[in-house]
This record gives sequence, C-alpha cells and structure tokens, in this order.
Amino acid sequence: MLLLIQYTLIFASVLILVALGGCFSEHSGVINIGLEGIMVLGALGGALAMKFLPSDTNAFVSVVCIVLASVLAGMIYSLLLAVAAINFNADQTLVGTAMNLLGTAGATVFVKAMNTAADSSNVSSEIEYVTAKQNLIVNIGSFEFNWFMLITLVLLVASWIVLYRTRFGLRLMACGEHPQAADSVGINVYKMRYAGVLISGALGGLGGIVYITAGVSLWKFENGVAGFGFLALAVMIFGGWKPVRIALAALLFGLFRALSNVYSGFDILVALNIPSTVYNMLPYIISLIVLAFTSKTSRAPKAEGIPYDKGVR
Amino acid sequence: MKQKRSILRNKGVQSLISSLLCILIGLLVGYIALLIINPEGAWDSIIAILKNFLNATKPSIQLKNLGNTLVKTAPLLMCALSVLFAYKVGLFNIGAAGQYVIGAATCLYLTLGAGMPWWAAFIIAALAGGVLGAISGALKAYCNVNVVISCIMLNWISLYGANLILGKVKEATSPYTLVLSSTNPGGVIPSLGLGELFGGNQYVGLAIPLAIIVAILIWVLLEKTKLGYELKATGLNPNAAKYCGMKERRNVILTMFIAGALAGMGAAMFYLTGYEQWQTTQASVPAMGFNGIAAAFLGGLNPIGAIFASYFIQHITSGGAYVDLTMYSSQTSDLISSLIIYLCGFVLFFKSFIDTRLDRKQEKELQKARAAEDSAGDSEDNEKGGDE
Repeated sequence: MLLLIQYTLIFASVLILVALGGCFSEHSGVINIGLEGIMVLGALGGALAMKFLPSDTNAFVSVVCIVLASVLAGMIYSLLLAVAAINFNADQTLVGTAMNLLGTAGATVFVKAMNTAADSSNVSSEIEYVTAKQNLIVNIGSFEFNWFMLITLVLLVASWIVLYRTRFGLRLMACGEHPQAADSVGINVYKMRYAGVLISGALGGLGGIVYITAGVSLWKFENGVAGFGFLALAVMIFGGWKPVRIALAALLFGLFRALSNVYSGFDILVALNIPSTVYNMLPYIISLIVLAFTSKTSRAPKAEGIPYDKGVR
Repeated sequence: MKQKRSILRNKGVQSLISSLLCILIGLLVGYIALLIINPEGAWDSIIAILKNFLNATKPSIQLKNLGNTLVKTAPLLMCALSVLFAYKVGLFNIGAAGQYVIGAATCLYLTLGAGMPWWAAFIIAALAGGVLGAISGALKAYCNVNVVISCIMLNWISLYGANLILGKVKEATSPYTLVLSSTNPGGVIPSLGLGELFGGNQYVGLAIPLAIIVAILIWVLLEKTKLGYELKATGLNPNAAKYCGMKERRNVILTMFIAGALAGMGAAMFYLTGYEQWQTTQASVPAMGFNGIAAAFLGGLNPIGAIFASYFIQHITSGGAYVDLTMYSSQTSDLISSLIIYLCGFVLFFKSFIDTRLDRKQEKELQKARAAEDSAGDSEDNEKGGDE
C-alpha cells in the first residue's frame, strides 16, 4: 500500500510539473504539444548531470545541479517552439509534433554517440544513474521520500501565486485571452508569450527528469517518455487550466499509472488475472473518458493557438 | 500597366521551393550534428543516407533494395494521405500512428489467426482504422475533445491492444508474430509479377500501384467532388458550414473515418506483404504514422506532392541504415526527417518571404520606370501609374 502511495505521489509530481508547464504556455496563448519532447530533453540534461557529477558530491548540491541541468535543457529546447510560434507564426501543433519526434531522435543519436565514443562496442541508448539517484531519495521507514515531491509542491504553490497574485501572471493570462487588448494597455505580447513558453520549458524539463528517476535507475532514450507529456496535457485540460485542479487531476491519473507498476503487490488485483498490458492502457483510457465528460464545458484560453497579429481587430 | 507575372508567384512553385528549402536546411543541420559527433565520417554518412539503395555495388541488389524502399513507401504514402486529408478539413490527425497500429493488428490477426484471404483482411483492416479514427471524430463532434489529445491517447491504447491481440498469433519462442507466407500463403498480397522487375523482390506487389491510385483518388475527392468541397468548407469555418446547411458533425466524423481507413489500409499494404513481423513486446508506437506527418507537409499538403515526399522520406529513412554505424546511429535519419517536419512549420514564412521580395522588386522597377518617364516628359506620367 505504501508503495502504491509512493508511486502515485511521484507520478503525480511528474504530471503536475508538466501540466503546469502546459498551463503557463497556454495561458500566454501558445499551445505546447511539444511537452513530450521537452521532457525527453530535460531528462537527458538531468541524466547527464547525474552521470558526470562526482559520486562524492554532497546530496544538496547534487539535487540542485540535476534540477538546474534539466530545467536549462528544457528551456533551451522550448526556444524552438517559441521562435517558430511567436516570431514566424508557424502552425503550433505541427511544430510541437516535430519537437516530440526531434526530442526522441536527437536524444537517442546523442546518447548513442556518447556511449559509442566511450566504448566502441556499446551501441545502446541507455544512461545509468544508480548511485546519483540515491541523493534524490530519503528513506522514511519503508517509504522512499523523493526530494522532487517537495520541489513539486513548492512549485505548485508558486505557480498559483504567480498566476493569480502577481502583475506578471495576470498580464500573461491577458495575452492568452485577448492579446490585442493586452497590447493596447502597453503589455508586450511577444515578451509575455516568450515567458510563457520558457516557463513551460523549465517545468517540462524538470518533469522529464522526475519521470525517468521515478521507478528505475537507468533509462533507454529510444523510448522517449511514453506519452507522458500528452497525459500531462490531458491532466491540464481536465484541470481546467487551473493549478489546484490540475494537482487533483494529476493525483487521480498518477494513481492509475502507479497501479500498473505495483498491481502485483495486491492480492485482489492479481486474483483478477488481468494481463499487465491492460494496466498499461488504463491511464490513457481513463483520460479519454474523463476528457469526453469534461471537454464540453472546459474553457481554454481564448487566443491559444492563434499567432498574434497586431493588425487584427 | 500589366506586368509579366513572375513564375515565383505561382503557388505550386512556391510550395516546391519551400519544400526543397526544408529538405536542404534539414540535411544541413543533420550534417552539422554529424560533424559535431565525429567530423571524420560525417560527409560520407550524409552521402550514404542520400544514396540509400545505390550503396549496393551490384545493379540487381540495387534494384532489390529500391524495391524494399518502395515496399515501405506505400504505407508511408497512405499515412501521409491520412494526415493531409484530415488537415484539409482542419483536423490534425496525429492518430494516423494508432490507426496504422490497429490496421496492422487487424490484418495480421485475421490472416494468421483466422486464415482469411488477403483481400478480406485488407478491407477489414481499413474499416478498423476507420472506426478508430471515427472515435476521435465523434469525441470531437459531440464532446469537444481536442482531436490531437484523443488521438494520442488512442495511439497508446491501440499499441497495447495490438500487443495483446497479436500475442495470440506469435511464435512460441520469440516475441514476433508468425511468418505470414508459410502460415497462410493466401494472406499475402499478390505480387502481380512486379517483384520480377525489382530483382526478384517477393515483397514488391500490388500495394505500391494501389497506394498511388488511392493518392489520385484522394486528390479527385478533395478537388473535384461536392463532398470534398463540403469537407474543406467545414474545415475552414465550421460555423459558416453549419449555416449553409452542411452537417458539420457528420463531416468531422466522416473525415476522421476516411483518414483512419487510409492509415489502416496502409498498415495492411505493409504487413500483408510479409516484409516485417510484428514484435509483440514493442514499447513505442511505430514511427510510420509520424513520418506520415512529415511526408504530408513536405508534399505541400497535396496528394500528388505526397507521393514524391513519401518516397523521399522513406528514401532517407532507409538510407539511415547505411551510415557508418561505428560512429553514428541509424536514428540519424529520424533526426533529419524530424528536422524537416519542424522546418515545414516555416513554410508559410518562406512563401510570404518570396512574395514580399517579389513585391519589393516590382516596386523598385516601377519607380525606375517612373523616374525614366519623368525625365522624358511629364505628359505621359498620368497614363502610367502603379497601383501595385
């Protein structure tokens, strides 16, 4: 049971982080379908930090470095979306999709090249981080507390404050609702959208590293992040683009995702004798059903996905 | 004052130039990536990717390898058609990947498990893909679920579903499905003697000409029929279409059904040749559907353009196997094709860039002509004026 809670919390953390990222981007008016690719790059950044940090690094420094590396990687990668969508009025769905493919392909090529350079017989796309991962975890009894859970909580609160209680957040949301009106009162829409996309890059990248350290201590970059970025988008829509509701939605989805990891620990579930693939499907099926019931009334930012054109009335 | 219209004003020419530009920049960035990884073999590897089947030394093997590339081009073209058809109606069918997976699962299960002939499995696979597409369409039409999100969810559901179903017809000792040609010879798409043309490649067959015919049919449907017109109108403005008495909900569902059927058919065209067995432990959705997005946009969202674009994408994807594997990975070509998709986002910019350049040039010429006239005499000035 404790294991289920542990996995639920860690997967929910991933979903909260990435969904909040999507939330910032969409509130500024840019649809970020590329979160999946951003997660991969963030994961790569963090994994590299874990691989190359000396093993005797102090736990605190190590966590900070890992977080910084993944945040930075995510932000830099998200610039691809920002430039295309904000400066060149590109189709945001197309660019996002390309970023997802590019993220996985690029990370695979990079990791393979790195592995082959180190050992010419090694052509795998895996990075291993068994020792560095210990720094992320504090054992409380049999419960593995992960520092990322705390970081997520802090960022969740911070996101709520930024969005609803600061001038910046309110202006950001104005740009997603009616950019022309925002511009007319002196808000620089381009800057705001850049900020939105970059924040989503930072949070998405962080989500990536949390995801690949969640259950395992090595990651095969060929697999990307298995649709988690999209699951996060579903969480964001289900959460109505609002941080607190996103957190609740993420807990629900995290629970179902965790079930596929630990269902063998429950006698009742084992007795049902359902193939493990069904558990793998479960989060996606649940999210489809949930979306079917909630999308009708959901209110997305009005100007999302539309390139900003100063001349439009 | 009538001026000769520049050939660069032609929309088709502009699309072609933009696509070539995407390819060029994509290859260039890919080349730079290779240079960074290992400068020694970068040029050879890029050339190897571009040469693809020409890497073989014997002409007969070259032909056979060309045949292999074509076998994979057929499903890619179908996925590209699926994506572009939906896009014309304003829907981004990222679910082509999932519809492709369901098509594969259906046709393989029916031929391997139920012993059906190829044509029956082919039709049912198309229907299965269509139904999956229609689910996304119906969710959009009745529940307002974002098509991209629902398609992605369905992609993963179909992947796990396919692994589950095909687990029943797999080889006892490996995760791969049974070999089609030995289990059910009637389940293989007929070759029609086309294989002989490609150095006796038994996988080359009906699927390739069929895919091209479908591409032409899709072009006719979109450009020359009332249904195609209605669907496009729905895509441009659903409210206006509704106002004109078109059934916009039906149109959305129908579009996604057709798009899904195309992708499902593509899977049947590929897996029923027996070229590849399905791996039931597969953990990621096959790239075919996603590459379809690349081919659709690279082809300028035109079914005929998609034929050439699909071939090109498959050409470099197959070419990826020829890079120097001691230095680079075969995913290099995935990297290049995803770069090309990314650059396709800039096509609109490329086009408007060409237009503004032409406008500016025209303006300059006009001014020059005026200046010349001014010096010649003021009387003619009123007759010739530029309103462009």
